[in-house]
Amino acid sequence: MNTVKKYAGLLWMALAIASYVFLVYTSYHQIHAKPTTDTIVQWVIFDVIFLPINIGLLIFGWLAFKGDYDHLPESDEEIVD
Amino acid sequence: MLLIYFYLQSLLISLFKSIAMSTISEKSLIRKVIFASSVGTLIEWYDFYIFGSLAPIIAAQFFPKTNPTAALLSTLATFAAGFIVRPFGALVFGRLGDKVGRKYTFLLTLVLMGGSTFAIGLIPGYEQIGFLAPILVLVLRLIQGLALGGEYGGAATYVAEHAPDHRRGFYTSWIQTTATLGLLLSLGIILFTRKSMAADPADSIKAFEAWGWRIPFWFSVVLVGMSVYIRMKMHESPLFSKLKSEGKTSLNPIKESLTHRSNLKMVLIALFGAAMGQGVVWYTGQFYAQTFLENTCKIDFEQTRTILICAIVFATPLFIFFGNLSDKVGRKWIIMLGLLGAVLMYRPIYRQMLNVTSTENMMVDSAKTQIQSVLTPAKEKNYGLQTVTSTYHYDNGITEKKVHVDTLYTSGAEKPQLIEKTSKQMPTDRYWILVGLIFLQILFVTMSYGPIAAFLVEMFPTKIRYTSMSLPYHLGNGVFGGLTPFIAVLMGTIYTTDKLVGLWYPISVATLCLIIGSLYLNNKTNNNVND
Repeated sequence: MNTVKKYAGLLWMALAIASYVFLVYTSYHQIHAKPTTDTIVQWVIFDVIFLPINIGLLIFGWLAFKGDYDHLPESDEEIVD
Repeated sequence: MLLIYFYLQSLLISLFKSIAMSTISEKSLIRKVIFASSVGTLIEWYDFYIFGSLAPIIAAQFFPKTNPTAALLSTLATFAAGFIVRPFGALVFGRLGDKVGRKYTFLLTLVLMGGSTFAIGLIPGYEQIGFLAPILVLVLRLIQGLALGGEYGGAATYVAEHAPDHRRGFYTSWIQTTATLGLLLSLGIILFTRKSMAADPADSIKAFEAWGWRIPFWFSVVLVGMSVYIRMKMHESPLFSKLKSEGKTSLNPIKESLTHRSNLKMVLIALFGAAMGQGVVWYTGQFYAQTFLENTCKIDFEQTRTILICAIVFATPLFIFFGNLSDKVGRKWIIMLGLLGAVLMYRPIYRQMLNVTSTENMMVDSAKTQIQSVLTPAKEKNYGLQTVTSTYHYDNGITEKKVHVDTLYTSGAEKPQLIEKTSKQMPTDRYWILVGLIFLQILFVTMSYGPIAAFLVEMFPTKIRYTSMSLPYHLGNGVFGGLTPFIAVLMGTIYTTDKLVGLWYPISVATLCLIIGSLYLNNKTNNNVND
């Protein structure tokens, strides 16, 4: 199972990048098709808010690939550095 | 409303019983804790949702009326802004809660929420003060979002830190009912106010849309006052007090939560493996369902809300049931089953909602058809507004009312205004089918949401718990979930051929969360939060 978890990490990283590229691509086309304030504001909000979330997914994928999720902490002592 | 009444009554009885006893047992203490935390959180959700529930009226009051869709989108964007700032609230108040204490932090969030809700009810409309009106609404909405971001984590942490290990899922599930009951309270108060403004129903609706919508906002100040009073009497969480007296509180909870690799990985798995799926399931079942019934199925305002109210009343006890069950069988698989149900059933459920409310290929009973035309002349102009109201009765029992408005010139020329409103009334059998379909969606909500407070609390240590659990919860529930109605409606305007296209957003997010959660999360929980 740990091997699956590890290589799935690559998938999460790819998904983080691909989904953000798709979001920016859709934003560009929507704004281009209807360049009103409403449209621009909506899509810029989406792009800004999902950037840190997609970075989070990228980090999650990286940590999974590095094996950080092979064992989840069983006690609080394991959680804090 | 009835459920809230019984809910508050049972909690009050427990509270007074415990006060009457000279020795306070552990059980009565936890009941007081649950009461104080749940009522405050319920009120915060109420404050937050009355804005969303009144979105079309607020759009008409505060945003330029040139295009109703633009006005509605502006309000939804404001609504989303309320959700987007929630994660920032989680960080700001989470930090405060981990440094100063849980009790004072969630007192502060309650006051901020109540104050801003009350103030929204006082702002003059766009016609009176121009652009200052929408700006003020936006600012107050942002404060609401910030306050809510701080409230939930505090309440969940406070209850969890009082609860015994083997009952944590059960006790925190009371907090989990508050979001749904807050929505129920907001719907109930809006319906009640809308019907009580005047003796004549039409006049009552007019008065509500003109100024009566402000009453639910003002009502908040009474609720918040009561809740602040109750919370003031509570003591600080014993675990946090112990930590503070030993000088072991975190100096920088945000830094510890997000930069320590071992904590960051838990924040990320909490978000991508549980909170984001739960967020979209919550908002699809209770908010998008309402939008879909009203805007796509064209069910009338009142029936849409009573359908939702009935489904919520029947489903709410299941939060407690699944919270309790999670103490026995673990939290993970209950949450995952809720997500799986949503992924598999959303499209069949919504297709059925369309079928049940459809009048396509149905015969109209022409003997019962009513067409009424009213001409309202404009003062000193050569035209008037012609309003034609047609009521059709179909053989499947559905009654459809269409209101069409045109400009009629004195010369006899007619200019279509493209104002056409359609609303349908469901017969009893179809009404209850719709209640059942919404109930099924809320069942998935109760499975994914009931155990999640205990699940998140048990992932993090006391000194950074408030911050660490609040952030993934509000990113998942606030951003992924809160944007669901907005994104789903937006997808419907881009891909117009498929009425169910908006569902692909919650289905995709829930599927991703289901895979990540099933693969990476443990069903074993770290029940010890007394570190």
